Amino acid sequence: MNHRIQMTVNGVKNEADVQPRMLLVHFVREVLNLTGTHIGCDTTNCGACTIVLNGRAVKSCTVLAVQADGGDVLTVEGLAKNGTLHPIQEGFWEKHGLQCGFCTPGMMMSAYTLLKNNSHPSEEEIRWGISGNLCRCTGYVNIVKAIRYAAEKIATEKK
Amino acid sequence: MATEIQGMGHSVKRKEDPRFIQGKGNYVDDVKLPGMLYLDIVRSPYAHAKIKKIDTSKATAIPGVLAVVTGEMLKQYNLHWMPTLMSDTQMVLPVEKVMYQSQEVAGVIATDRYIAADGAAAVEVEYEPLPVVVDPKKALELGAPILRTDKKDKKDNLIFHWEVGNKAATETAFKEADVTVKQDMYLPRIHVCSIETCGCVASFDKISGKLTVWMTTQAPHAIRTVFALVAGHVGLSEQKIQIISPDIGGGFGGKVPVYPGYVIAVAASVLIGKPVKWIEDRMENIQADSFARDYHITAEIAAKKDGTMQALRIKTIADHGYADAAANPSKFPAGLFSIATGSYDFKTAFAEVDGVYTNKPPGGIAYRCSFRVTEAVHTIERMVDVLAHDLKMDPAELRMKNFIPANKFPYKSALGWEYDSGNYEAALQKAKVIIGYDALRKEQAEKRKKGELMGIGISSFTEIVGAGPSHTFDILGIKMFDSCEIRIHPTGKAVARFGTKSQGQGHETTYAQIVAEELGIPVDDIQVEEGDTDTAPYGLGTYASRSTPTAGAAGAMASRKIRDKAKKIAAYLLECSEADLVWERGKFYVQGAPQKAKTIQEIAFAAYTNHPQGMEAGLEAVSYYDPPNLTFPFGSYICVVDIDRGTGEVKVRRFVAVDDCGNIINPMIVEGQIHGGLTMGLAPALYEAINYDEEGNIQGGSFMDYLLPTAVETPKWETDKTCTPSPHHPLGAKGVGESATVGAPPAIVNAVVDALAHLGVRHIDIPMTPWKVWQILKEKGVAAER
Repeated sequence: MNHRIQMTVNGVKNEADVQPRMLLVHFVREVLNLTGTHIGCDTTNCGACTIVLNGRAVKSCTVLAVQADGGDVLTVEGLAKNGTLHPIQEGFWEKHGLQCGFCTPGMMMSAYTLLKNNSHPSEEEIRWGISGNLCRCTGYVNIVKAIRYAAEKIATEKK
Repeated sequence: MATEIQGMGHSVKRKEDPRFIQGKGNYVDDVKLPGMLYLDIVRSPYAHAKIKKIDTSKATAIPGVLAVVTGEMLKQYNLHWMPTLMSDTQMVLPVEKVMYQSQEVAGVIATDRYIAADGAAAVEVEYEPLPVVVDPKKALELGAPILRTDKKDKKDNLIFHWEVGNKAATETAFKEADVTVKQDMYLPRIHVCSIETCGCVASFDKISGKLTVWMTTQAPHAIRTVFALVAGHVGLSEQKIQIISPDIGGGFGGKVPVYPGYVIAVAASVLIGKPVKWIEDRMENIQADSFARDYHITAEIAAKKDGTMQALRIKTIADHGYADAAANPSKFPAGLFSIATGSYDFKTAFAEVDGVYTNKPPGGIAYRCSFRVTEAVHTIERMVDVLAHDLKMDPAELRMKNFIPANKFPYKSALGWEYDSGNYEAALQKAKVIIGYDALRKEQAEKRKKGELMGIGISSFTEIVGAGPSHTFDILGIKMFDSCEIRIHPTGKAVARFGTKSQGQGHETTYAQIVAEELGIPVDDIQVEEGDTDTAPYGLGTYASRSTPTAGAAGAMASRKIRDKAKKIAAYLLECSEADLVWERGKFYVQGAPQKAKTIQEIAFAAYTNHPQGMEAGLEAVSYYDPPNLTFPFGSYICVVDIDRGTGEVKVRRFVAVDDCGNIINPMIVEGQIHGGLTMGLAPALYEAINYDEEGNIQGGSFMDYLLPTAVETPKWETDKTCTPSPHHPLGAKGVGESATVGAPPAIVNAVVDALAHLGVRHIDIPMTPWKVWQILKEKGVAAER
């Protein structure tokens, strides 16, 4: 039996009937057609599906869509505002923090949550902050630089 | 600035990034077609078993399940087996028996991915287990069960015996040597694990007869030809097959082969007439897709007392699983393993490899390396340290003593390659200075007195990439050239299409830089496209660090053809002879009168509006580049490790990588490639391995057990470079994507062994997990009690 759920995603209200077993990541990708969020494993290890649900970074392959009923979701598509890149997006581009781009959206959403909770993370705090996200291309060095860039940019913008 | 040309040597920000950072990449699972169906695959729980019965009735009774594809069904079209790239054969779906755990047994087609999974769970298969062979050495023993019973007259499990070098001279050298060293080593099965798994959307149009396949492939053109050759008899014809390789979420060699899932999806789409999507999950990816390595190596060096290395001898057993599904050039069943003499001036060498069938998934592909080069480099770089250990020499000094001298290039190696260029002493010297080698040795001596375990490891590797010259290199007969087609539009903007396919390497940027360098058109005005066989020129694809050596060269050559025509147009416009014209990036001017000039943009406009009578209009060119030789990137890496005596954990304290890939197109991208390669070198050195128990059950078949390094384990890599251009590449470039994966593991192993060398440790097999290292500490009596 399907369930009717409501969810605000990137500021837009959505309503849909879903099977109780549907994963949140499939809801986002296939019902809402927001394909920026990716799937890289089936054991909650890789973090490619990371989104922000009610202010927390979650792996959307391990949340049922019905569990997110009434929730507020931010995905990679919601980072840029009015055509202006978010400082995290800018940092990844400036510092060559991505190669194939597949882990990137999840990585950026983890970074987003990290910087919300800790505006001036040390290198070690950044590395732990993204330790739930696997990247096979970059060796992480430039991802760390990208997040540092974003932290500085956000701090400057606040001044 | 939009008008900046930004040719070679600029760290241009990547042109492909805006779509990736905004979630607008287009990966295969993002492709959604009207009426699209989903494929899920039933897989074998047994490593070797007869199939007695497949009952699909419960599956087909599920609403939404449209069909279950079985081997019997495919057999009607003779599509139940397919050729591998090594001219072996591999099952698409089995009719008689399964040969490894997780092998595809049937494909369920349904209207929804959840229903397809329900269907797969409802297919009932009756098996009769058969004796399992997991150890390749046992597979070679007399009386071992013969696995490939499909091959008439096959009386053993040997796939191939391959050898190279001078056996007799090598034997003599060993007999006469002052010193010989010998070491067994095992490079276990590992998996590339690109973060995007494999998959496709196959869409067959019954009216037009056209098949379009979006698929995760590193080599779309070759795949199109393979499909045409394999399925020609059922009406698929090459002009009606379009392979589209969309954005690819990492490849590393794992997306070169054709997997059964692709073929089942295509067959289902042709049968049903609707698009069919197949996306494997991670466990399927690790458990069934092509693996890398699995080399059982015995290596020996013969040397003089003073450490001068004279001869190298290697014997290897290669476990290929149940089919040789490697992706090597046809004439090289063991890939380019013959680069095993490495950076050293050996007088003679001999290597042999036996390929063996076992009850494991098929493969033998690369793990971000050029055809078994990692195996070769691991062997030689370990053996140099083994020799240094036995001779009680410093490993840096032993390397310096034996390097091929810089003035001996081009250099003919004992195993037959002509190295294009190199300067090995310079790279090692630079790495030693950066890391402070002499001070580290002093620190190590101090630490040993205190009982602390610290090691320093070196790897001075030479790669062989850029396959390859058509006289020697082909895959299934198709020569390993690559291509570029450039069209300059009337307004001076350009589109450049290539036969390769980026999987994260940044081709849209670096190829644009090559064309910008050669034609003076700004990078921002050049659109690079790859991966669609209907539009891109034919090429063999991206793997083995071949894109820059082959397609990159084609980009330069096509640009130069355009320049030749542009010169004729410029002469016409400036009313002078071609001989009077001088090229300065972006324009031709009249010798002695630089104010009389025509820019490439003005010339492009004239090519369509005011071209000389008798000349064809337009400004475009295509180049199929056949490299005269391979390229030989190299480098020296030094790694410092500390070992926790309580846990056995290896901590990489510092890692300095000095790479030489010849002339550099985009330094930022090259550095990024090295960072990533180093991490994929760290991974098998310390964490990754896929093992099997005696019944062929996979150990480590998911990300729960197969550990990819996270940002926490990965050290802060330190990179630097030397630059020794390739003399035969039009841009002097060599390729860099895999150098670090190849060079890093032995540096890390050598460091760990060095940390324990004073306790009598001479070799450790990878991965050097805390458990393995702790056992050694315990055995040597140095494990800290807790």
